[in-house]
Amino acid sequence: MQGKDRVIVVPGEILPKDTVGSEQYLIEADSGKMPVVVGLLDMRGDKPSFIPLKGTYIPKRGDIVIGLIVSQGVMNWFVDIKSPYNAVLNVSDFLGRPFNPMTDDMSKMLQIGDYIKAKVEAFDRSRSPVLSVQEEGLGRIVEGKVIDVDPTRIPRIVGKKKSMLSMLIEETGCDIYPAVNGRVHVKCDNPDMEAIVILAIKRIEREAHTVGLTERIKRFIEEEKSIRGV
Amino acid sequence: MAKAVEGLRLITEEGLRHDGRRPDELRPVRMEVGVLENSDGSALVEFGKTKVMAAVYGPREPIQKYMVLPDRAVLRVRYHMAPFSTSDRKSPAPSRREIELSKVIREALEPVVLSEQFPRTTIDVFIEVLQADGGTRTAGVTAASLALADAGIPMRALVGGVAVGKIEGVLVVDVDEVEDGVGEADLPVAAAPDIGLITLFQLNGVLTREELDRALEMALGAIRRIVDMEKETLKSKYQVAGEGEE
Repeated sequence: MQGKDRVIVVPGEILPKDTVGSEQYLIEADSGKMPVVVGLLDMRGDKPSFIPLKGTYIPKRGDIVIGLIVSQGVMNWFVDIKSPYNAVLNVSDFLGRPFNPMTDDMSKMLQIGDYIKAKVEAFDRSRSPVLSVQEEGLGRIVEGKVIDVDPTRIPRIVGKKKSMLSMLIEETGCDIYPAVNGRVHVKCDNPDMEAIVILAIKRIEREAHTVGLTERIKRFIEEEKSIRGV
Repeated sequence: MAKAVEGLRLITEEGLRHDGRRPDELRPVRMEVGVLENSDGSALVEFGKTKVMAAVYGPREPIQKYMVLPDRAVLRVRYHMAPFSTSDRKSPAPSRREIELSKVIREALEPVVLSEQFPRTTIDVFIEVLQADGGTRTAGVTAASLALADAGIPMRALVGGVAVGKIEGVLVVDVDEVEDGVGEADLPVAAAPDIGLITLFQLNGVLTREELDRALEMALGAIRRIVDMEKETLKSKYQVAGEGEE
């Protein structure tokens, strides 16, 4: 089903020695490399490459993530970024100036349940990741929808040379921002179109390991558009 | 609990067991992954009438902060038998046996889980015995290993488990409740054959040195078959998901 050049591999199997892939997902063995999660071995390129199908998001400095505010501290918010570690966003960073508890009211700025787009400023595994919103395009998400997907599927939603993402944007005219931590921000003018994009992204998540996906998603969007008359 | 009945033979003259199996034959095994929607990974494993479900959550922020380790994730395992899993109602409170088995199963999984990738977090494994007919600890290890792989927790290899017993002087693989009740020995083993690691090894009863060697060999042979089944189960999840294409 996956074709001869794409096979599903599981932990314990030996992959060729020259397999390329993230160090997080491959370990060295005597006779080759071993995957540590379920994934796909793609043998179409010069070297076989390993694509994980399930994994955990580990924050990296400089990543742009979509976080969910889960609680409020004295001078910071705790943000769920779909990683094993809750991130911290300081009020002074959000304001861009020192925080004065006498005059500033934190609950007026961000509330529990709000989504934010933020950059990972620091993370070293001995401390929680620190977020920053001091850049253009970052901050509270005020419109659109945020969809949760498995973090390992984000590269498929973007596609090779952004092929899948540009197709989605072109076909639907929506703003789509896939963040590396497994959340996608979708903003459309038309609610029907928004629903189509969400269905398409969920389908990409389900079928990320299959061949000819971009074409199939394109057909799917066209069909849905004609059914809904948009 | 089965009791030895006068005149009851558990090995026939043809060398077959009470349910018609050959000594080296496993019970019918069924495995399924992704059976629970809320967990990060889950699995259902059946060895004959033994039915065990496992659910994995994490790596996630620890619920109790005191238990974190600075250099790796804490693996927490709970083995529990449902009140309806046995013919007599089992008290739902964790018994001495369940607490011990939780520890034994945790130690059977710890060597393969790459917990150093997630310091300061916990990985929770819940093993629930739905129906008990012997071999629940080894079925639990098998289900937990599948659920961990399904959850995307990095693992060196998959673990499988099986128990070898001695009944009327004959070594048999995958003992059930009846055989366990009257057998002379019971040897539960869990191993990761891909990396040549035995992770659980217990012995209840008496075996000679030669019998122990032979029993271990039989167990490892059966575990190899079980781990191959685990791999097929994990692969088939993605094959089903990709159906309906060119």
